Amino acid sequence: MTWDELAPLLRDATLETLQMTLWSAVLTAVGGLLLGVLLVLTERGGLLPVPPLNKVLGAVVNVGRSLPFIILMVAILPMTRAIVGTTIGTTAAIVPLTVAAVPFYARLVETSLREVDPGVIAAARAMGASRRQIVGKVLLREARPGLVAGLTITVIALVGYSAMAGAIGGGGLGDLAVRYGYQRFETGVMVATVVLLVGLVQLVQTLGDLVARRLTHR
Amino acid sequence: MIQIEKLRKTYRARGRTVTAVDGVDLRVREGEIFGVLGRSGAGKSTLLRCVNLLERPDSGRVVVDGRDLSTLSGAQLRAARQRIGMIHQHFGLLSSRTVAGNVAFPLEVMGVPRRERARRVAELLELVGLAEHAGAYPAQISGGQKQRVGIARALAGRPRVLLSDEATSALDPQTTGSILELLRGLNRELGLTILLITHEMEVVKRICDAAAIMRDGRLTESGPLAELLTRPGSELAAGLFPLPESGAVRPGTTVADVTFVGEAADRPFVSTLARTYAVDVNILGGAVEQVGDLRVGRLRIELPGDPDANAAQLAHLREAGLTVEVHGRDTALEGTS
Repeated sequence: MTWDELAPLLRDATLETLQMTLWSAVLTAVGGLLLGVLLVLTERGGLLPVPPLNKVLGAVVNVGRSLPFIILMVAILPMTRAIVGTTIGTTAAIVPLTVAAVPFYARLVETSLREVDPGVIAAARAMGASRRQIVGKVLLREARPGLVAGLTITVIALVGYSAMAGAIGGGGLGDLAVRYGYQRFETGVMVATVVLLVGLVQLVQTLGDLVARRLTHR
Repeated sequence: MIQIEKLRKTYRARGRTVTAVDGVDLRVREGEIFGVLGRSGAGKSTLLRCVNLLERPDSGRVVVDGRDLSTLSGAQLRAARQRIGMIHQHFGLLSSRTVAGNVAFPLEVMGVPRRERARRVAELLELVGLAEHAGAYPAQISGGQKQRVGIARALAGRPRVLLSDEATSALDPQTTGSILELLRGLNRELGLTILLITHEMEVVKRICDAAAIMRDGRLTESGPLAELLTRPGSELAAGLFPLPESGAVRPGTTVADVTFVGEAADRPFVSTLARTYAVDVNILGGAVEQVGDLRVGRLRIELPGDPDANAAQLAHLREAGLTVEVHGRDTALEGTS
């Protein structure tokens, strides 16, 4: 396979991987933060204790995290169809990617929020801050370095998951590696995709570390 | 200014009910610094957190500046809290905000417009002597400076009451001194009423006008310092002003602790006593110290003859406005060791 043949394939696959990863990362950041905050708020002794709801949310998160991605992807096909109108293609892959990553990130968010000094929360309450202000100005703000570090891990996991999205026609670098590198013994393609994937992961990690460090004032 | 009535607070922990505050009555007058002294686990922290309802009491009333907080909830309670300053043992600063940002926090909570916020923050930092550290993060300043930030932040809403939760317990003695001085100054200049809890006798000694001892959820004694110091058997007095272990009283002698506060401390009562009754007064121990604004002295004296024989002499001392505690024949009087 010549470079001229390979280049467009690599370019398209990279764009597909980026598209899947970035969209699901954005959706995961929102969903994971929301779910993580809810997990912390509703626990016993939390700011808005609703232990039964907390138990249900915890169980949902655990189910989401225990399913292997390839199975989850197939299991939620009806949901994917309901949301994006199709079950194949890059856009369709974003749904299972998000569904898999939200509980993962939610747990990381939960851990980060728990590490916020309870003394600071008590001080904010003593100053008359409302729950909303405590969540926005204290919890999320104080936990920012941890939240960014967690999101970095999640995005890297998403890059990995997106390699499996080929199974439902999502395309991407992982799919390219399987179809050309593995099934057609094109070692060059395999090497190229691996190099690109490693580079992408490095880039995400470096960026994440940089932002997290900027936000740390401990 | 702060009135606490029959306050009770219990916790359930591992199936057991623990009574943290067990029927406390307390009154802090306007402009006063009131110290609650106790060991850890005595319930003093819970008591303090009940004052701004960080903990909701099981029963009893908390009235601050004429408002019964225990009846408030939601937005009303939050508004009331904004008018009560609080400082904390571990400062409770936001690590992600600068010194100025931390002081601005309560102003943001109150919805003060940005421009006025900046002006007020500068003013507050000036007040606590941290103007040049406005842009530093809490991790970059010392413990004493952190507590100054805490104090500036607590004063943001122009409170008339400040609650202090072991504010100097994490600080070294020298820094403790400077923070206590700052609190004393704010108390005098702003007329700020301060309710503080501490396990350090030194804090009570240096800045309190009145104090209470808390043990097992109850106040065992309570009152203005001047009064406590002259109250026979007062544990606080003994702690504020310890005298050495007396040992046994020699037969045929009278041993008495004489405490003098304020003006009485300025009169030479020992020589007067010796001259008037022609007795030999033996001094076994004693000291004169500054407790808050008061000069307080305590002497342990020994007179020849048993207490019955010295009735007139002891009465003379009492008439002179001194507090006299006579040691028993066999054992030292409780509370004076």
